[in-house]
Amino acid sequence: MQLKTHFALFDEGSKKEIRRAILKAVAIPGYQVPFASREMPIARGWGTGGLQLTLSIIGKQDVLKVIDQGADESVNAVNIQKLVNKTTGVATTIETGEATIIQSRHRIPEVPLTEKQIMVLQVPIPEPLRWVEPSEYKTKKLHAENDYSGAWLMLFEQIMKYGKTATNADHPVLVHDRYVMAPSPIPRFDNTKMHQSEALILLGAGREKKVYAVPPYTNVTSLAFDDHPFEVESFDGKHCHLCQATNVFMDELVNQDTGETYYQCNDTSYCLAELNEHEHVLEVAVEHAR
Amino acid sequence: MAYVAVKGGTEAIEESIKRLTFERIHAQELLEIKTIMATMRGMVDQVMSESSLYSEFLAALAIKQSEGNMEEAVFLLRAHRSTLPRLYYTRVVETDTMAVERRISASFKDIPGGQILGATYDYTHRLLDFDLIDESKAEMKDWLDQFIGEEVAAAKESNLSLLPKVVDYLRKEQLLSEVPDDQTEPIDVTKQSIQFPTTRAERLQVLTRGQTGAVTSLGYAAIRGYGAIHPTVGELRVGKLPLTIGNLSDDLENDYYIGDIKVTEVESFVPISIPKENNTEEIEFEIGYGICYGQNETKAIAMSILDQSLELGSGVHPTQDEEFVLLHIDSVESSGFISHLKLPHYVTFQSKLDSIRKIKKESEK
Repeated sequence: MQLKTHFALFDEGSKKEIRRAILKAVAIPGYQVPFASREMPIARGWGTGGLQLTLSIIGKQDVLKVIDQGADESVNAVNIQKLVNKTTGVATTIETGEATIIQSRHRIPEVPLTEKQIMVLQVPIPEPLRWVEPSEYKTKKLHAENDYSGAWLMLFEQIMKYGKTATNADHPVLVHDRYVMAPSPIPRFDNTKMHQSEALILLGAGREKKVYAVPPYTNVTSLAFDDHPFEVESFDGKHCHLCQATNVFMDELVNQDTGETYYQCNDTSYCLAELNEHEHVLEVAVEHAR
Repeated sequence: MAYVAVKGGTEAIEESIKRLTFERIHAQELLEIKTIMATMRGMVDQVMSESSLYSEFLAALAIKQSEGNMEEAVFLLRAHRSTLPRLYYTRVVETDTMAVERRISASFKDIPGGQILGATYDYTHRLLDFDLIDESKAEMKDWLDQFIGEEVAAAKESNLSLLPKVVDYLRKEQLLSEVPDDQTEPIDVTKQSIQFPTTRAERLQVLTRGQTGAVTSLGYAAIRGYGAIHPTVGELRVGKLPLTIGNLSDDLENDYYIGDIKVTEVESFVPISIPKENNTEEIEFEIGYGICYGQNETKAIAMSILDQSLELGSGVHPTQDEEFVLLHIDSVESSGFISHLKLPHYVTFQSKLDSIRKIKKESEK
């Protein structure tokens, strides 16, 4: 009765099927390729899409990094990393530069990625038009007909209502001048990192059973109007209270005693590297895990 | 170079898992897998049905591991299923070969072969039976000996393995339209994701894997008002179906018998209007079909309602919208996405804060 777990959990047939979907996704940048998403040992919506991509491409020589909300030590990141390590035995790292595969939820690392790396993003809602059209059948048609008026209209309505575009994370992007794509709920701050990325970016939505990709050196532009240009989250005048970094995406924290607001790098491994560089000795407790 | 230590997640997870084990065993009582298999039939059946994996043993193990938490047990079994290669597809089964344990019809009083109540809670009074608190093995044995004696005597008189189908009677009466035999190879929804519009085979697969509660609620909605459906249960059967797989020579005689599965099958009759040439209408019956692993009659009936809703529905009601129904009834998918809200959303929330603050600033101008 007791079965030994196969390398990377899946049987080879399943991995091959997923890899085929990935190849198609790479060949048609930004196009959502349906795939037979398998049920995973972690919950649907907790990164099963990313995990399936990681497991189907990982080899023994790979080095894996898993991030959740910018942190390697976030419980879900630890959990996914543990599962991949348990079923493959591959080395894991928290250093962005060392990793060959980086699976992430909601962030692209601050350190620029390289050609040797594959960025795997977990996607909850792959359909950029879902908020304007609930039907899958209809959105598929809209993509085929290159009809993205719904997405533009959404931005236009926000400008009418609020005086500016009011998107949060997951601001839609146009890939290779053809498909509008949900970049996964990365902050607008990270959208620009997708443009002409040296690394291959794979996006996997397990529950919605879609795989899509941004191949290396592909144009990715955030949807915006000429008179209302795309704006990223601003941390002007703010710096990380630990490593003093500026121009990075930051978490806003509150000092419980004084009630003061202070900021800290969201990318914990970047922050650590900065600190190590400057030889500060500090214990960084990851608040996310508590 | 000095090194900054990171800690948190790994330790927290380990402690949490320890705590979970403690909760399961702290009362120092252990449930045997075989006890679950023997006494938790309803739960085992439901878990197998929603998991699309027919194994009473594995379902019982999942129930034990999940402390009887249904969504968790189904989750465990589905995840296990993903690690198994699919080696064969069984031959198509004609359900009239079922070894029937229970069979009722709400359409005809006197169905050929008769109504067979079998085991059902339907006519029990739902009063707590305080005698069960002190049930003894000796009493159990006495009761069993007597019952089995009576059963053997009764079983000699009847053959329950080739009962005629109620639909066949309606067909003979020409009250059901002839449906051409569709021999298209069905798409396996676990090997290929569904694309809309779907085929009926895909719909039936998703419905039968659906969460019992969700399928029941939507079926209920369809007959209560959100879908003008008034079905009559033509035939409800519970029994065992023999399964075979083909051999290489494709010679039916030499198929391999691989065991049997217990299923609940329902054929509901739904009257529909058929427009005629001279602006008049005629009424005919349409069949809604439901089948699921084990004995789970509510789910099978609800499935038959939703099958008919999706097959013929005008799309006015959500229960007739295949995307609405099929994409939301899966236990693992729905519970997974709801539970992902427990994960941190610091980044998206920070992004939202930024957006809200900018809008506020804009409106103050």
